[in-house]
Amino acid sequence: MSVLDSKIPEGPIKDKWTNHKNKINVVNPANKRLIDVIVVGTGLAGGAAAASLAEMGYAVKAFCFQDSPRRAHSIAAQGGINAAKNYQNDGDSVYRLFYDTVKGGDYRGREANVYRLAEVSANIIDQCVAQGVPFAREYGGLLDNRSFGGVLVSRTFYAKGQTGQQLLLGAYSAMNRQIGKGKIKMYNRHEMLDVVVVDGKARGIIARNLITGSIERHSAHAVVVASGGYGNVFFLSTNAMGSNATAAWKIHKKGAFFANPCYTQIHPTCIPRSGDYQSKLTLMSESLRNDGRIWVPKNMEDVEAIRSGKKKPIDLSEDERDYYLERRYPAFGNLVPRDVASRAAKERCDAGYGVNQTGEAVFLDFASAIQRYGKEAATVNHEPNATKERIIELGAEVIKNKYGNLFQMYEKIVDQNPYKTPMMIYPAVHYTMGGIWVDYNLMTTIPGCYAAGEANFSDHGANRLGASALMQGLADGYFVLPYTIGDYLADEIRTGPIPTDSPEFDAAEKDVRGIIDTLMNIKGTKSVDHFHKQLGKVMWDNVGMARNAQGLEEAQTKIRQIREEFWKDLRIPGEANELNTELEKAIRVADFLELGELFAKDALHRNESCGGHFREESVELDGEQKGEAKRDDDNFKYVAAWEWTGDPGESKLHKEDLEFKDIELKTRSYK
Amino acid sequence: MSEKGMNLTLKIWRQKNATSKGKIETYKVADISEHMSFLEMMDVLNEQLINEGQEPIAFDHDCREGICGMCSLHINGEAHGPDRGVTTCQLHMRMFNDGDTIYIEPFRAKAFPVIKDLIIDRTAFDRIQHAGGFVSVNTSGNTQDANALPIPKADADKAFDAATCIGCGACVASCKNASAMLYVSAKVSQFSLLPQGKVEAKDRVLNMVEQMDKEGFGNCTNTGACEVECPKGISLENIARMNSEYLKASITKEA
Ligand SMILES: Cc1cc2nc3c(=O)[nH]c(=O)nc-3n(C[C@H](O)[C@H](O)[C@H](O)COP(=O)(O)OP(=O)(O)OC[C@H]3O[C@@H](n4cnc5c(N)ncnc54)[C@H](O)[C@@H]3O)c2cc1C
Ligand code: SF4
Ligand code: FES
Repeated sequence: MSVLDSKIPEGPIKDKWTNHKNKINVVNPANKRLIDVIVVGTGLAGGAAAASLAEMGYAVKAFCFQDSPRRAHSIAAQGGINAAKNYQNDGDSVYRLFYDTVKGGDYRGREANVYRLAEVSANIIDQCVAQGVPFAREYGGLLDNRSFGGVLVSRTFYAKGQTGQQLLLGAYSAMNRQIGKGKIKMYNRHEMLDVVVVDGKARGIIARNLITGSIERHSAHAVVVASGGYGNVFFLSTNAMGSNATAAWKIHKKGAFFANPCYTQIHPTCIPRSGDYQSKLTLMSESLRNDGRIWVPKNMEDVEAIRSGKKKPIDLSEDERDYYLERRYPAFGNLVPRDVASRAAKERCDAGYGVNQTGEAVFLDFASAIQRYGKEAATVNHEPNATKERIIELGAEVIKNKYGNLFQMYEKIVDQNPYKTPMMIYPAVHYTMGGIWVDYNLMTTIPGCYAAGEANFSDHGANRLGASALMQGLADGYFVLPYTIGDYLADEIRTGPIPTDSPEFDAAEKDVRGIIDTLMNIKGTKSVDHFHKQLGKVMWDNVGMARNAQGLEEAQTKIRQIREEFWKDLRIPGEANELNTELEKAIRVADFLELGELFAKDALHRNESCGGHFREESVELDGEQKGEAKRDDDNFKYVAAWEWTGDPGESKLHKEDLEFKDIELKTRSYK
Repeated sequence: MSEKGMNLTLKIWRQKNATSKGKIETYKVADISEHMSFLEMMDVLNEQLINEGQEPIAFDHDCREGICGMCSLHINGEAHGPDRGVTTCQLHMRMFNDGDTIYIEPFRAKAFPVIKDLIIDRTAFDRIQHAGGFVSVNTSGNTQDANALPIPKADADKAFDAATCIGCGACVASCKNASAMLYVSAKVSQFSLLPQGKVEAKDRVLNMVEQMDKEGFGNCTNTGACEVECPKGISLENIARMNSEYLKASITKEA
């Protein structure tokens, strides 16, 4: 039997969560005050959890490395958040959201968790509106929706292209209320560098004060890690510069299994890279695919003419364009899921049809939408004789209302006006579905240590649908963790405060100081970024959108070499006992260099294609699905949870078999 | 398009820590592409400094796409630099010319002390939010259905516009009085435009303004400099709205 116990409650899927909540242990309000909970991370998951736990009465300590909880990476989410409200009366339901998520994840998620997520999704919207989150509304005053990839209903709630910002500010405001009351003690500019395990239970953390460099001990009865995803293992991604895996990796090394590290989302619509100096990639929200049509020229001569500037994209007539998603996937067209859209862009660019100098770009064109909206607006405005220019003007206005900030962002970066010429886009690393393994209660394999939000391996299987990360983060933080953690903490009411002068705290602090001293004393010749970029290149070339056995083996070897060089030749100027941004980066990159190897190892072992994980060896050879990714349910219908054994290359594999009782396993088709 | 990059002279504020005195140092960078962002240019400089064994320049940044509010430079005397409607991280080198000298300093305000080099302490902003920047509603699964409370689109849109403030502090840095009125009014306005915020409206505005004063921000004398430099286009209208909310609240409070 597997050592992994997912603790999925008994009973029919639709009753599991309710029954579980009814049976779960609760802590009486007077006792909650005596219980400390540490929350690492103040993004949607951590922020929501910290606020809710404090409202319930627990004594919360929250940590983030930015100067304010409001700046967590969740702030950057653009397009929207899903919820099964069925406000559009288009047949949406909890079941449909559940089904879409399981299918979208290519049948590699845990059914019971996904169902619960769909079930609480509606509460999230209610809660956020009550907090004063200004979602987009229709003229009648009701909430507006848009649709996102991989689904056929309109269930995405949004606030222009700044949905993450508004949701995070909602969670931040809830936190502020508790900080003001003294129920949350907030530690800004602090980085967690280890978890402390006492008698097999998580009892606190070691954190570095990033301003003074001092190493601090913090104890608690439970530790929640909501530190976000690890996409920056690729160096270039749409993640914020500071997003990192350290908190997750440190708990992994203390006993929390790491699940499905190779499941990464490469998002189809990002601004292509422009040069070696590039520090990050910028997402253009998937919501743009509602109105944008993706194409490349049909003929190679036109590709060359566009690259050399002899022709402009708008010079090409309709039949000189290849709307390749509409051609290959007539049912979903431009709204296929992300993994499918990304691979299709790569296929066209690999075939030589990329439209910019680097050959890595396709067009995302709004001209048809501007026309369509312009005509609609002219009718509504009673302008039957509107000129062509007037129609375009009216249409552009509608587009501006929907995506204004994204268009502005694009123009500032690329210096082209996307209202007049199609955007150029290319896939980029965006999100990590893999992460810390958790059971149904979101507890990791370390008792008392929980993982929430993007940091856990979560509900998205091998591919996440758009607008579902915000939903999951808030579901975990507002509606799941505050209940499930009580089950564990109910046994802690007699424990009393956890001392920080125990041998376990001594040892953990000593380890952290040891790592910092070693890093500072390498006194080599190369910067942290030098190594991070090298790692990123190996990850992108060998562990990116298409993977094969040879490339993955090579990646593991190369990453080991980079890691060795890093520990020999790194240079960190300045001191450890002061604000030192290079030291901060070095600690993070040291962890990425281990995680990267496990990532490649996991990708190698999973000899099937599923969701964002595409193995060149595993494609459909004939029939309607010819050339599409081929899943192998007989051999890989499981969660791969890796146990740390002292070396990432030697990690031990544990399998959690996935059961599909409520959804039939099928080939995922978007044709 | 010329492929040859720009050569620039950078005059940058260096300060070891909060208690030490800082000064401007001069650096040179060469072959800077016009497509680089301003912070990528700073990365180039830092890489150069590290390779020479010197300490890189500490500056705050995270999202690098204009939304987290972490970046905060005063560039040639302007908060977030010469472009309009953008943050420092969205500023691109095409706004500069070969041979330029660029002055780079931290945002300056009594309430925003320097921590190191270009990094400042903006926690005063958070403390103002603790005083009232919220609607007092607990998390529960029983909140009323979101659509039970229709909100006129115009109000929702205005509330949204106010809510897009990223808390960067450029308004304070651009104001000769170092006033935080634009920032505080953005939050007060968001809630005063929405029915959810009405219940606590009076206490909110009084408490937030009181905390703002305690933090040492200056008074507003309506120069409008804040609106010009605000990367998110937060409008002065919000200050007017807050003033009237404040007046209403003070009158009824005393009565
Ligand atoms: C550009 C972009 C757009 C997106 N758009 C959408 C969208 O439209 N819809 C959608 O559903 N999803 C979207 N996503 C995905 C979604 O935003 C994220 O998955 C989600 O916000 C993650 O939230 P989180 O709470 O798990 O982590 P984060 O928001 O990443 O927060 C991590 C927190 O952990 C803290 N932290 C990390 N490490 C440490 C440490 N060692 N010590 C102390 N603190 C630490 C950080 O300070 C931060 O507070 C988008 C992502 C990107 C990159
Ligand atoms: S009002 Fe504008 S300038 Fe001031 S903090 Fe908000 S976004 Fe920044
Ligand atoms: S770095 Fe986030 S706004 Fe500039």
